[in-house]
Amino acid sequence: METVTLLQWAFDVVLGFSLLWIAWLALTSLDLFRAIVLFIAFGLLMALAWVRLDAPDVALAEAAIGAGLTGALLLAALARLESNNATKPTPEKDHQPEAHD
Amino acid sequence: MQQSQPLKKTINPKPMTEGVKKQLLFRLLLVALLSLLATGLGYAVLSLPSSAPGLSELVAENLETSGVSNPVTAVLLNFRAYDTLLELGVLLLALLGVWSFGAVPERRESFPGPVLDTLSRLLVPLLILVAGYLLWVGAHAPGGAFQAGSVLGAAGVLLLLAGWRPGARFVGLPLRITLVAGLGVFVIVSAVLILVGGRLLEYPPSFAATLILLIEAAATLSIGITLAALFIGGRPEAGPNN
Repeated sequence: METVTLLQWAFDVVLGFSLLWIAWLALTSLDLFRAIVLFIAFGLLMALAWVRLDAPDVALAEAAIGAGLTGALLLAALARLESNNATKPTPEKDHQPEAHD
Repeated sequence: MQQSQPLKKTINPKPMTEGVKKQLLFRLLLVALLSLLATGLGYAVLSLPSSAPGLSELVAENLETSGVSNPVTAVLLNFRAYDTLLELGVLLLALLGVWSFGAVPERRESFPGPVLDTLSRLLVPLLILVAGYLLWVGAHAPGGAFQAGSVLGAAGVLLLLAGWRPGARFVGLPLRITLVAGLGVFVIVSAVLILVGGRLLEYPPSFAATLILLIEAAATLSIGITLAALFIGGRPEAGPNN
């Protein structure tokens, strides 16, 4: 019994620190695509944290809305931003967008 | 989704100038303000009473009359149903905001790869089934309209990613009716309850379970379609039939 609580405690500590670490990485990332992927990973870990806090309802909503749909919306917005930039004559020519959505 | 390249935005390519100094000052100010905020929040959390009584006992006492046995659903759809009603309104307003930017932007034809094509065919029916299950199970276990609706929305996003677009017949009135169904049913139920002789959203205990299921079913459908419509990113117009 003792080892189980110790394991849970260790898991919670690792979970908490990875949440903070991923949040920091997502906020400081200059590459927007990377930042969005990190945001999705953050949402999934956050859902895990809600489960550990005995709030399965919030965990379900977080996983479905926070990680899934918001991530998809952000990726769609990024794709549109890039295609908007590509239609304008920009000095940076190294960016080749392709059809995707 | 494509692998995007780095955006190549260096902060300031010029050597040390006035701008850099200003930026440094700005950052220091930000750090100071954020530390102040963090200290305030930390103080607020530490000064909370260690075991606040809260409303959980009150909810547990009245759970029998709510019509459901999951306390979260009881609070969301019965005791604090007014909040949920407004939440549905907020979601609808968000979509109206997106639609006010104009019609769906021009889309180049893209064909999904075989993996996405097959996967979406397999997953979408499964997701619809899961949404129905979450809606039903919400009465006595974690689940409910918002979770079910977002799973339904995810199914819609998957379909959109695979290149599917709503047909012309669906885009007009049927789509709009589905979008407002959740809020509409909620408002109608509350209006009828006022007329029948009570107060706003005070369900009679014998009908509570049925009314909650009715509202949740309509809300699930509306939430799912709204989330998928948000993903389209504009007002869908009745174009040529596809």
